[in-house]
Amino acid sequence: MNSLNKKDLLDIKSLSPDEIMLICKTATYFKDVFTRDVKTVPVLRGKTVCTLFYEPSTRTRLSFELAAKMLSANTVNVPVTTSSVVKGESLIDTVRTLEAMKADYIVMRHEASLAPHFLSQNINASVINGGDGYHAHPTQALLDTYSIIEARGSVEGLHIGIIGDIKHSRVARSDAIAFKKLGAKVTLCGPSTLLPDEFKQYDVDITYNLDELLPKLDVINMLRIQRERQRGSLFPSIREYNRLYSLTDERFKRCKPDILVMHPGPMNRGIELDDAVADSPNSIINEQVTNGVAVRMAIFYLLAGGTPFSDGEGN
Amino acid sequence: MGIVIKNGRFIDPASNTDDKLDIVIEKNRIKDIGNNLHPSSGDEVIDVKGSLVLPGLIDMHVHFREPGREDVETIIGGSQIAAKSGFTSVCTMPNTSPVIDNQALVRFVIMEAEKGPINVFPTANITKGGKGEEISEMGELVKGGAVAFTDDGKPVMNSLVMRRALEYSRMFNVPVLSHAEDKLLSDDGLMNEGINSVRLGLRGIPREAEEVMIARDIILARLAHGRLHICHVSSSGSVELVRRGKSDGISVTCETAPHYFALNDNAIEEYLSMAKMNPPLRTEFDRKEIIRGLKDGAIDVIATDHAPHALFEKMQEIEYTPFGIIGLETAVPLIITELVRNNNFSYIEAFSKVTCNPSDIVNLGRGRLKHGEMADITIINPEEKILIDDKFLKSKCKNTPFIGQTLYGKVEYTICNGEVVYANNQVR
Repeated sequence: MNSLNKKDLLDIKSLSPDEIMLICKTATYFKDVFTRDVKTVPVLRGKTVCTLFYEPSTRTRLSFELAAKMLSANTVNVPVTTSSVVKGESLIDTVRTLEAMKADYIVMRHEASLAPHFLSQNINASVINGGDGYHAHPTQALLDTYSIIEARGSVEGLHIGIIGDIKHSRVARSDAIAFKKLGAKVTLCGPSTLLPDEFKQYDVDITYNLDELLPKLDVINMLRIQRERQRGSLFPSIREYNRLYSLTDERFKRCKPDILVMHPGPMNRGIELDDAVADSPNSIINEQVTNGVAVRMAIFYLLAGGTPFSDGEGN
Repeated sequence: MGIVIKNGRFIDPASNTDDKLDIVIEKNRIKDIGNNLHPSSGDEVIDVKGSLVLPGLIDMHVHFREPGREDVETIIGGSQIAAKSGFTSVCTMPNTSPVIDNQALVRFVIMEAEKGPINVFPTANITKGGKGEEISEMGELVKGGAVAFTDDGKPVMNSLVMRRALEYSRMFNVPVLSHAEDKLLSDDGLMNEGINSVRLGLRGIPREAEEVMIARDIILARLAHGRLHICHVSSSGSVELVRRGKSDGISVTCETAPHYFALNDNAIEEYLSMAKMNPPLRTEFDRKEIIRGLKDGAIDVIATDHAPHALFEKMQEIEYTPFGIIGLETAVPLIITELVRNNNFSYIEAFSKVTCNPSDIVNLGRGRLKHGEMADITIINPEEKILIDDKFLKSKCKNTPFIGQTLYGKVEYTICNGEVVYANNQVR
């Protein structure tokens, strides 16, 4: 395997297990780069990276921007709320404008599923999906995978639970696909109205009972309740959700002692998980954020045609 | 000064005829049908060299967007596309802007269509303003020329209003065409609910949103003794409900559209908004059941639901794009390719769905090749391959997922009311 040999990164589905591992290995090198004093390398010198976020985001946008900057790219953020978008400019016209200004990489987050796919069919610049609707969040899945490998050496054979609003979660979809590709056992858990049976297509288990599942898990990934995505009455109240699906102190005690606790952020403390759990030594929530930068550097590097580093080069 | 059509394969689904017969047209009617008919002096002779000679095709479900969105399509423009596609009669849907809910607007559609090449039969709204609240002035609308009632694009959610519509329309012997969709169940969905909607993260429209409403409407038709026709049936359950309604003796008919027997919801990922329509493409199982329903007669009609949309409207994130695809130009090729060639339909079986059957449902008195009938005739070479591309498509809007496909079935001539309105790739 030489490089990714792809124009775009749109979803996890289109990556092979080898490609996922290549990204993770490359990220190891870049984590070393950006945690040292002089953080920049000239991989993307002269290239322009545009971040175009149609949905609010702090960590993902910042993470992409930092990753691009550390690779010496010119970075611009298109502030959607003050740009021509509010004057009704279409997505395709907005991005063609960016292309006309010679943007090489468009990092986009969009509330509409498949928006990046639509874009990639119609423009020449590289499109990197920073999350689209309920559909996919490939860089999150890659950084989650990387974080598990970093903590546990491998994903294979681990039992990973993804808990919460599965139906509206692009993270759940992309994580499930990535973890399965690398040989994990994956169980999705949440209220039945937020966990359609069709998720079984990912060869995962489905359960509505968190208490039965908890003691079996090696890794637990708590999703955020996406209050902005709720349509109609999908569960009766936050209170009841909390009672059934929150990772409380009490529940945490029944987990395996070395369980890894993950959360894609931003957290609703007290809703998905208690403070003490979020801040426990089992939690790798902050490490996920750090790893996000390394993984995104690796993605830029590989999309730019970069070749793998030989073992040891990253040490 | 008539027209003689010679050497054709004469197909009249209504009389179950598939034979080598010539036709003589005089004035605007069929004067003679028989073997080796000879032209009188001055007659135009059309030697069709073995092509199919069919009753002029009827599409009972088109959107010509006028009044309101003349930038997208007009009554005349749509009629020209219909002529090019082998259709001599169409029924226009009333969800224009304004909607067709009064006699003056029905007359406007008819007057405008008189300048075009084919017969346009307007349908009018079931309810005033298409709001689903009060039934429209159906008597006036029928007098103005409306052939059916529909709030197409939207359902009549209120069951009492639907009951009244089915009862009241009986007086005029016109059908109510139901856009069967429980809007609450479809919940702003974008595509069929199932494996693919979950995989693509697109909000689903369950088949049940359609089926619940069809079940309701059939039950209401039984109560009201009205004439019910279900528009654009897309799911296996819908076909089964209509089949059962018919066997229960209820006056219910239905149509499907070519895309429901040609595609399934796997098409969304590739074609995105070009494969987005309402009801949505369903699964492969549904597609096969639609074909079975066409074969066994549960489905009476193929109608295109021709729905032009501007490119700028379709070239957006799929979530923001309007529902619908154009259908006229691909109808004959899809019927021939998918039904006749791939599923062994006889020409009689396949073309009954676009000739006598729709004619009988909306009382057009057309769709037959018979002595004395209006001379609406379509001539098709079923062996000729056509590439569906920008050159082939003459519609102003090219919102169709079939671009790039090679299909069989070339419309050679369209004759409407005794006049050749399409020949040699030209609309006259």
